[in-house]
Amino acid sequence: MEQPNLNYINQLARGDDSIKKTLLDVIKTEFPQEIEDYYKSIEIKDFKKIEENVHRIKHKFSILGLEKSYEKANEFEYHLREKQFNLKEKQNFNKILIMISEYLQTI
Amino acid sequence: MNCIVIDDEKMARFIIKTLCDQIKSINLVEEFSDGIQAIKYLNENQIDLIFLDIHMPNFSGLDFIKTLKDTPKIIFTTSDPQFAIEAFGYYFIVDYLLKPIEFLRFEKAIKKAERQLFVQNQLDQNKEPALKNDFYVNIDRRLIKIDLLNIYLIEAKGGYINIKTENKNYVVHSTLKKIEEKLPNSLFLKVHRSFIINVKKIIDIEYNSVLINKDVIPVSRSKRPELMKHLDLL
Repeated sequence: MEQPNLNYINQLARGDDSIKKTLLDVIKTEFPQEIEDYYKSIEIKDFKKIEENVHRIKHKFSILGLEKSYEKANEFEYHLREKQFNLKEKQNFNKILIMISEYLQTI
Repeated sequence: MNCIVIDDEKMARFIIKTLCDQIKSINLVEEFSDGIQAIKYLNENQIDLIFLDIHMPNFSGLDFIKTLKDTPKIIFTTSDPQFAIEAFGYYFIVDYLLKPIEFLRFEKAIKKAERQLFVQNQLDQNKEPALKNDFYVNIDRRLIKIDLLNIYLIEAKGGYINIKTENKNYVVHSTLKKIEEKLPNSLFLKVHRSFIINVKKIIDIEYNSVLINKDVIPVSRSKRPELMKHLDLL
């Protein structure tokens, strides 16, 4: 399974540590909140909201260099838009969320 | 170039801000988490460029652009390629950037926006003000409205000018110079130091004169090339 990385963030920051720190702080603040919103939407089975949550979260995947995970999230989002809730896609998505949460604790 | 960013994600707004900070010509003046706040701001402030997310809850970027009256240039910043065709249907859309946005791609979009703004400014500067249809003259302490399109000739006579229309002549205490400033260049031309004519009313032209209504008007040699430019020659 691919692993998160800071390549994009380093490229964007161009050696400016304060930019890197601010961006990571924003991600560390936004991501847990977004996951919480996502699980709440799953609980109430609100497909429209789940789709919005997935859309928001997947941007973090791309920022953390998770290209394959991003593609999977895209498919999950697309199927949700078509009102198809695929359990396998949900499980894969949840695994990625756990991986990123653990990664964010290490940086 | 003054810009704003509209994106519901703080992280996305921060990335745009960071990218803007790396380009000298860009001044990011404000950021908004939704389009409604931005509309209020745009009603009171002049902006050159908007970085706009498409997928936002309740009020999407595409909904937002439909509400704009005086539209600045817009660069879409989005994760969704599927809206590109719809987006480029609007003339003010400069570019469509897919997230995560790389600096070189961002820089290219900014150059594109700058070029489009430059061309637009040039066109705005060369645009003739909207054609006025009439003006008022003071005759015997009365303000009388004269329809511009009815004027065929204005003649200077001492301290007065004689404005000739198809129905009536008006003698007004003024100068050709003053009235010339009020007339659209596309329609009126000073062909002689004492005459301004409506070029659309010319019946025929000889080498050094024009027939306009029943008046034969002299044309200065220096004014002849300009007069010829106004004519739609076969």
